[in-house]
Order: sequence, then C-alpha cells, then structure tokens
Amino acid sequence: MTFSRLSILSITATIAAAPLAVAQDMANSMTIISWGGAYQVSQTKAYFEPYQKLHPEVKIITDESSNEAVAKLRAMNEAGNITWDLVDVTAADAMRLCDEGLALEYDPDELLADAPDGTPASEDFGDLIVSDCFIPQIVYSITFGYRSDVAEWNGKEPDDICDVFDLKTFPGQRSLEKRPINNMEWALLCDGVAKEDIYDVLATNEGQDRAFAKLDTIKDSVVWWSAGADTPQLLADGEVVIGSTYNGRLFSVIVEQNQPVKMLWDAQVYDLDGWIIPTGLPADRLARVKDFVYFATDTQRLADQAAYISYGPARASSAPLVGKHADLGIDMAPHMPTDPANATNTFLQNYEWWADYRDDLDAKFQAWLAK
Amino acid sequence: MSDTTDAAGRIISADGRPLKSSLNRALRREKLRALALIAPLLIFVLITFIAPIADMLFRSVENDIVSNTMPRTVASLRDWDSTSGEVPGAGVFESAYFDLAVAAQKKLHSQLGTRLNYELTGMSSMFRRTGRRMDDVGEVYMDQFAALDQAWESPEVWAAMIGDADWLASEKAWAKAQNPGTPPPAFEVKEGAQAALPLTAALYKDFAAYLRLNDGDSPTQEEPWPVFYAALYTDLINRPDAATAFSGADAQRLQTSAAAVTNFEAVDYKAAFVKADDGWGQVNTWATIKAFSPKYTPGYFLNAVDMQKTPQGISAQPESQQIYILLFKRTLFLSLTIMFSCIALGYPVAWLLANLPARSANLLLILVLLPFWTSLLVRTSAWKVLLQQQGVINDTLVWIGLVNDTDRLVLINNQFGTIVAMTHILLPFMILPLYSVMKTIPPSYLRAAKSLGATNWTAFWRVYFPQSVPGIGAGSILVFILSIGYYITPELVGGTTGTFISNRIAYHISSSLNWGLAAALGTILLVVVLALYWAYDRIVGIDNVKLGG
Amino acid sequence: MSGLPPYASTGQRIWYYAFRVICGLIFFFLIAPILTIIPLSFNAEDFFTFTPGMLAFEADAYSLKHYQDFLTSPDWQAALRNSLSIAPVATLLSVSFGTLAAIGLSQDHVPFRRAIMAILISPMIVPLIISAAGMYFFYSRIGLQGTYVGVVLAHAALGIPFVIITVTATLVGFDRSLTRASASMGANPVTTFFKVQMPLILPGVISGGLFAFITSFDEVVVVLFVGSAAQKTLPWQMFIGLREQISPTILAVATILVAISVVLLTVVELLRRRSERLRGMSPG
Repeated sequence: MTFSRLSILSITATIAAAPLAVAQDMANSMTIISWGGAYQVSQTKAYFEPYQKLHPEVKIITDESSNEAVAKLRAMNEAGNITWDLVDVTAADAMRLCDEGLALEYDPDELLADAPDGTPASEDFGDLIVSDCFIPQIVYSITFGYRSDVAEWNGKEPDDICDVFDLKTFPGQRSLEKRPINNMEWALLCDGVAKEDIYDVLATNEGQDRAFAKLDTIKDSVVWWSAGADTPQLLADGEVVIGSTYNGRLFSVIVEQNQPVKMLWDAQVYDLDGWIIPTGLPADRLARVKDFVYFATDTQRLADQAAYISYGPARASSAPLVGKHADLGIDMAPHMPTDPANATNTFLQNYEWWADYRDDLDAKFQAWLAK
Repeated sequence: MSDTTDAAGRIISADGRPLKSSLNRALRREKLRALALIAPLLIFVLITFIAPIADMLFRSVENDIVSNTMPRTVASLRDWDSTSGEVPGAGVFESAYFDLAVAAQKKLHSQLGTRLNYELTGMSSMFRRTGRRMDDVGEVYMDQFAALDQAWESPEVWAAMIGDADWLASEKAWAKAQNPGTPPPAFEVKEGAQAALPLTAALYKDFAAYLRLNDGDSPTQEEPWPVFYAALYTDLINRPDAATAFSGADAQRLQTSAAAVTNFEAVDYKAAFVKADDGWGQVNTWATIKAFSPKYTPGYFLNAVDMQKTPQGISAQPESQQIYILLFKRTLFLSLTIMFSCIALGYPVAWLLANLPARSANLLLILVLLPFWTSLLVRTSAWKVLLQQQGVINDTLVWIGLVNDTDRLVLINNQFGTIVAMTHILLPFMILPLYSVMKTIPPSYLRAAKSLGATNWTAFWRVYFPQSVPGIGAGSILVFILSIGYYITPELVGGTTGTFISNRIAYHISSSLNWGLAAALGTILLVVVLALYWAYDRIVGIDNVKLGG
Repeated sequence: MSGLPPYASTGQRIWYYAFRVICGLIFFFLIAPILTIIPLSFNAEDFFTFTPGMLAFEADAYSLKHYQDFLTSPDWQAALRNSLSIAPVATLLSVSFGTLAAIGLSQDHVPFRRAIMAILISPMIVPLIISAAGMYFFYSRIGLQGTYVGVVLAHAALGIPFVIITVTATLVGFDRSLTRASASMGANPVTTFFKVQMPLILPGVISGGLFAFITSFDEVVVVLFVGSAAQKTLPWQMFIGLREQISPTILAVATILVAISVVLLTVVELLRRRSERLRGMSPG
C-alpha cells in the first residue's frame, strides 16, 4: 500500500509539474501562424531556421491557422490574451484586421530594414504596403494547373481560362475553391463580360445569376477545395484533371514532385501575402517579434524564400537576387507570377467590393452549392 | 416501553429526541452528505460547460453593438418614422457624426459595419469609407479654432480645461513617476465643465478612458481628436455663456471663441455623410439601423430559419439565399439514414454475438470494440484512402473488371461518403446496447414458440423481435444524437452535398465571423438534441447507458 | 444459433450459412478500414494509395520512413508532448471529481437526482460542435481561450460523463454493508473509502479514467476552437494533415494509435473481468 501511494504521489507530482514546464517554455517562444504546406516549408528554410541559428534561445512555434486568423485574433482580443506573435495573412485579411484594430500599425522605415543600396523600406516595398498594418512578403497568384497526360483531350492542352468551363474539349473533374471569390469573376469573364465591368455586373442580381448559370455548366464535375494543398494532391492523385490553387503549390507538384502537371497562366488573380503583428502584445514579446520581422523581411531573406517556392518577393531590391532553386538548381524567375511571360493577362481582385458582398454572395453561393 | 415514548406518545430515540425528527435529521444529513460529494463536480461542470452553453444562447440574441457604438444616433432615431419615406433630419446626422467620429478613433466602426452588413449589403464599406472621412469633418473646425488661438492644439490645455483639479494633480505625479507598468489615474471631469460643455466633456471623458485602457497613456500627452472641435463648436453655439463656468485662461479663451464661432464656417453633416457614401442618403440604410438598434434581436434566429427581419417586418429570405432549412432537413435525413443503416448492420451482428458461446462471442466482440476505441480521425482517414477515385475500392473494382478504368465510381465528397464513413464510425454504438439487451432474452422463448408450431420467421418476428425493441430504441437514439452533431467526418469526406448543419456552424465561427448566427444555429440544434435526450431518458433511462461491453 | 441441429432442413442449412456470411461481411466492414491503413503506413512513396510495388510485395516498396518522420518531426513531437501533458491532467480532474460525485449519486436519498444527472451527463449528449462553440465564446470572455488551462478544463468536462457512468455502474453492485462493517470496527470515513470502497470500485474508476483519457487524447473539435498553437495535440496535427499537407505520416501515427487502442482495450477487458469476479464474491 505504501508503495502504491508513493507511486500515486509521484505521478501526481509529475502531472502537476507538466504545465509548469510548458509555461516555462512559453517564456522564450514565439508563435508564428502561417498556411502550412510547401509555403510554410519555404518560410522555415528561409526565415525560421536561419533566425534560430542566430538566436538559439528563441523557440519558434508554428501553427497552420492562417485560414482562421481573423476569427481567432478576434477571440483572443475579446479574451485580452494574445497568444500569437506574428501572423501570415492575405492582404484582404490584413485590411480587415487593421480596420478592427486587431493588427498593429507600423512605420515601415522604422520597423523594416533598408535595401542594401540604402533605399528606405517604404520605397523598396512601394505600393505593396496596401494597409498600415500589412508587412508585405510575397506576390502570388491563384491560377489553374492541369494534368498533361489526359488521354481524352487528344493532345490538346488548355491555354485559356475559359477552357476550364469547356467540358467538351477538356472533359474530366475540376477543382475550384469552395467560396465565391474568384470563381464568380472567372465565370463572368468566360460568359463574355469585359474585365473592367465584372464588379459592376456582379453587383446586380442578374449578374450573379449569370455567374451561377455559367458555373452550373460544370457544377457536376467540380470537387470543391478549402485548403491550399487540396488541388495539388487531387491533381497528383489524378482525382481531378484541372484545378485552381496558389501558383507556388503547383510549382512544387510540377517541379519538386515531378508530377505530369502544367500551369495555365491566364486571368490568374494577383494577390499579396504578408505578416501582421497582433495588437496588445506585451513589450518583451513585441520587441522579440520586431527583431524577427526586421530579419525576415530584409532584401536577402525575401530573395532566399524564392529559392524554395515560386512566389515573387515583395521588395523591388530582392528581384535581382532571385536565383536558382535551392535543391534542384533550376532558374526560379520563369516560375514567378511576376515574370512578364506569365503576367500577360492578369486579374486584380477588388478587396473593397468583396468586403461588402462577401456575406451576401457567400450565402447565395452556399445555397447554390447545396442544391 | 414507557421510557422510549414521550408525553405525546411519540417514540423517543436514544439521544432523547423524538424518533421521527431524529430520522428526519439523519435523512437530511444523508442528503447533505450526498450533495456535498456531488457539489464539487456539479460546480465544475456548471462553470466549464453549462456556462459556455448559456453564453452561446445569449449570443444568439445579443445585439448591443449598435446601441453601444452609436448611442446618440439610436436615441435621436427614436423619433424618426422609418415608413415616412424620408431620410432623417439634420439632428440625426449630427448625432451620427459624433458617434462615428469616436467609433472611428476607437476602430469600432468597421465592426459595426460588418454587423449591419449581415442585414443590408453595402453597409460594411459604407462604414469603413465614412469612418475614414470623419476626421476631415472635425478638422474643418480644428483649423478654425487653431487659427483663433494656437493653444487649442495643445493636449495640456484641453486636459486642464475639462479635467478635475485633483485628477490633474495625480496625473502629474503619475507622469513624473515614469512607471510604465501602471496605468494613469482614472479621468474625472471638472465640476461645471460638464454642465457648460456637455458634449465636449462627454467625448473627452471617452477619449481619456480609451487611452488609459488601451495604451496606458494619459490624455495630457496625446493629440486631441478632431471631433472635439466640432463638439466644442456645437456646445459654444448652444451655450454662448459657457465661459462663465471656467476661470483664468480657460475662461478667456472660451470667451473669445464663443464670440467667434458664430462666424465660423459650419459643416453640413448630412452633406458630408452623403459625400462620403451615398448610402447615407437612402431611407433603407437608416431604417436598418433603427430596426437593429435594440439591445436584443430575433434577427439571428430568423436568419437561421431562412427568414429575415427587415424594416418592413419579418419576411422570408430571397429564394437564392435560403439554405438553413435545407441543411437542417439534410442533417435529419442523413442522420436517419445512418441510424437505419446501423440498425440493419448492427442487428444481425448483435444477434450472432448474443447467441454464440461466451468464448467466441468475446473474441468477436473485440472486432466491434477495436473500431470503437480507434481514433475518429484514423477511421475517417481510412475511409478517405478506401473511397477515393484512385482509392482501394475503385482499384479493386477496376482490377476485377466490374468498373471501367475511365469511369471510376465517385464514392467520396458526396452523401454516400458521409453515410458510409459515419455508419462505420457509429455502428458500435448500435451493436453494444443491442447486444446487452439481446443477452437478457432467454433462448428458450424461441424454442417454446417453435415447439408450439410457429415457423422460424413467426417465432422471430412475434416473439424475439418485440423483446429486442428496447435495444433498438436505445441504440437508435444514441446513434441519432451522435450523428446529428457530427462535424469532423462530414468535413473531410462530405464534399458539398454530404455536409451537416455543424459544418455551417463551424464556418460561421471561423470564417464568416457571424457569431450570432452560429449561436442561433447551435441553439436550434441543441433544442433538437435535448428533446431526443429527454426521449432517451424516458425510453431507456440515462442510468442504463453502458459503455464498451 | 449455437450450432445447427442434425435434423435441420436444407433451407435452414442455407439460411444458417448465409447468415454467417452476412455477419462475416459486416465484421469485415467494421475492421477493414483499420486493417487497410496499416500496410499503407509502410508505403515507401508519399502517396495515400497502394503503389504497384506494394501490391507485388516488393521489399523496396515498403519502408519505415513515415515512422521515422513521425519520430523526428518537431511538429509531431510537439503534438505528442502536448497530448501527453493535456490528457493525464484532464483525466485526473474528471476522475477525482467524477468518482466523488458518483459515490454521492449512488446514495439512497439524493435530492434532484434526475436533474443533477442530466447536467453531469450533458457534455456527452450536447453535440461537440455546440460545446466547442460555447466554450470558444465563453472562454474568450474570461481569458481562457488559447491557454493550456482552458483546454484541460474543457477536456475534463468532456470526460466527466464517462467517469460518472462507469463508476455508478460499479456502485450499483456495491454492498453497502461493507462500509457499515468498516465503520462499526472504528474506521473513519476516509480510511473506509480508501481501504474498503476504493479497491472494490477501482475497476470502474480506472475504466472511466481510460474513457476520459481517450476522450481527451482523441478529441479534435473542442481543442481546435479552445486551443491555440501551443496546445496543438496529436488529433489536431492529424486533422491539419488531412486537410493541409496530406502525408502518409498520418497513417503511421494512426497505426501507432491503433496499437495503443489494442493495449487499452485489453486493459479494460481484464478490468471488467476482475470487477465481475470481485463483485461475484461479495454477498448479495
């Protein structure tokens, strides 16, 4: 009996000590939120690992919650307990967070490093700083990838965005993102609406019906994705023959995993991604995260990231430094969305418009999906 | 016996009390002891579990964001008739200006815009755009006051004019101490300033409280908000003798300013709002704000059943936006299908287990318990592997030659995937209660029926089956309750047609941020489940739930 | 159906075997998904499907690399550590509160017994998504969202019904005269509890504890909402894996978890037998 009571005591003690150990760990750790997948790997290689080599005392905890970043930050803010130190978000989310006072406004020339030639950061990033809280990192695009070995296509390959809607010439399953943004625009574009009129048309009920009608033509052949890794996986497994996703994810399927997949550069949607620092961090954590941001957004580091994934660095001064792929040794520039050959026909998303119509169109989109 | 009964003839116990009261006391003590043992857990569950559920119920009707962010506007809209077809008067626009200018400084205006955008598309950008323009309005007055007297631009001057003398003194001490950890002393308005400059004082108080809470700063060090100048203008126009409440330099400055304001260029608030966004010139905008100004709203519940609250009353959502009734129906349909599949698959297995010798039954029971004990995610990922178009089942079918390689079956990302995976996951919850009921049915009954001439079928259907019905009832309700709230499995294998209402709840929590609607949907689901639980307790009794054999 | 009588007709024979085949198929349905993922976890490729090499049983189509990945990846290791630091504490909380309350509930005169029981069982009845939503909102308000304590409290609440159910079940067969005997021989209530009552209801307590442990160890919905990156548990990491970077490491983890389940299952079965034996010996 004595023995068992002793062992119970020691177990209790161990268990009681566990949270303490966790708490101590927290003191020197920095929680960075990102998107997971190949993208996060590129950040780990280009930013996290070099930084930890310089600062072995800092422990970087990562989490793939960028999808729910706005919701979680709002909850943390309500709780008055901010557990995140740095969050990777899209420009649209950064604007939303900045509007709600959940992201920290910063002065680029104070927080960020100058370019090697002395150009201040605010000029080096230029108009990519779309919000007072947004620290740009990369330029990416949402575009289509397709399998190059589909027998039923008889040797034809899609080269136009509207080929996605052409089930006759290009039969097979498609994958599209499970939200109205981008899909509605592409549908209208392929229904004959001029690029500059799209948002005016989409603001009307008739225009929305028109977009849904166009999407109806392929609805039965669509797999809907919600995570960036879905389309690459579906393409690699042969579950779909053509699908939209971030261009960097496609790059890693094509070049790194050597799958029979090709890029369709047409009417791809340009977008930005970057960091925000949550408001309400205590001074010591804020200082630590600022130190990291200064390091991770300098000219060399941004160019380094491009050696792992095909996203364009947000600094003008990084572009000439973009070199070859870290493992494969191929030139990265032709795979960038910013490359002139790829950017012949691009599409710009209207953030402000979507901020208004998101709730409304989302309800309609979900109702349409469910039918 | 005489020594054990008292004068009234009541039985006395050993301690000299009447036995009845003594027993009562013992009973009471027993009750108290039982409650004392239960209390810690009860309190624990009430705090960690019941309170969150209650909080959620509250969120589904809570709507104080409108009246908290725009208190003045809500008050002045009270006299406006939304059916009049006319935009409210200048007074409402003035109130809206002061509310929104403060909200924009505190970055609350876009949250309000997001909230109202659920009701009227376009509100989100309207509030954001308008919020950005609010400072311009205040600056019109700021420039005029500054031109009159440079002192108006100084934070200290404002603090000294509106702040209480005692507060000023303790603020000075705080600033001197240079202690970054401690917040500045709480702001107090000077006696007299409140009455003389009511609007300015109220806004300034708000400003000081906001700085103290958010940045730990004192108003003496922060630039005054531009809206103060507009407020000061309004106050001085309304009370030209305001300076008499002040003394020294404040009085003098106010005196000159009061004389000058009548010649100031005044801002037309209505024009400024409509210029910022023409939505402000539309009756519908104001009618929506008015309709959603009460602190509690049935709006989220109406949305959750495909209705909406409009300024004109309650109406159905446009057909293209109706989705929740469909999702509730689908959740019920899928749960029922899963329940019946579980009965169909579980009944024979439970029967076999109940009628085999104990040794082999125990062995087979492990085959039931292993999936039951295996992680839900493991089983869901297994079904992903099996059901994909390039997955194991399709591969096998192609290999046998039943299916052509080019038209493989679509087994996943649809209702079929959800039904198969969830039937598998919930099947043990059907088999186990069925098995425990069937074990209590004596096999001799069946033999007796047969010996009396019943066919196999009649014996089963008339004798055995009725006795196993309680097991079916218990298993069915358990499976149904569990499946109706499933989230993970439909999310991973359900695609668009195989998802449940839970997936929509999760979506509203984490993506659309419409927490009120999520809470309302959750409340409706909860009511359904509680009704089922009540039925379960009635039919089986909650004490009879058995786990894991 | 304990054997086919020798006088059975052909129809009965056919039905007898057909029925066994049907049951066999249902058992196959139950167990096949779990059996499929085990070989796949030894896949040498980074895919979720059987490669031709695997089907031909070529040795180099199999590898342990996904297990290695699990054991070396800091993400998975952190998740394992988190799971192991959350589940035991949550279990300890639910078992200690739950056992006391179960003893209280099994007394003869408990006022509001049905209502109390309903409240204590509610974490099992209320759909997880609703519990998760409620906790997310409420814990946000009180500053527990995204904290270790918040996740532990949430998981403890979810585990409580299992402890209550299993312990009250063992107490149903508990002979109350034993405690009276102990008391009459001069033992105080605490001694009685630990020396007499506890050893007898221990199997129920342990299996309730195991259920509570598994509930926390396997729980993903609530931790997704209530937790933050620092509390990322194994199931959370698996969920991300299934939704995000689809890799067979998940299958390796799954196989390990199945192995753990088998061990736990054996423990519960042994405990159940012991409990039956003990209760069989007690009078009444």
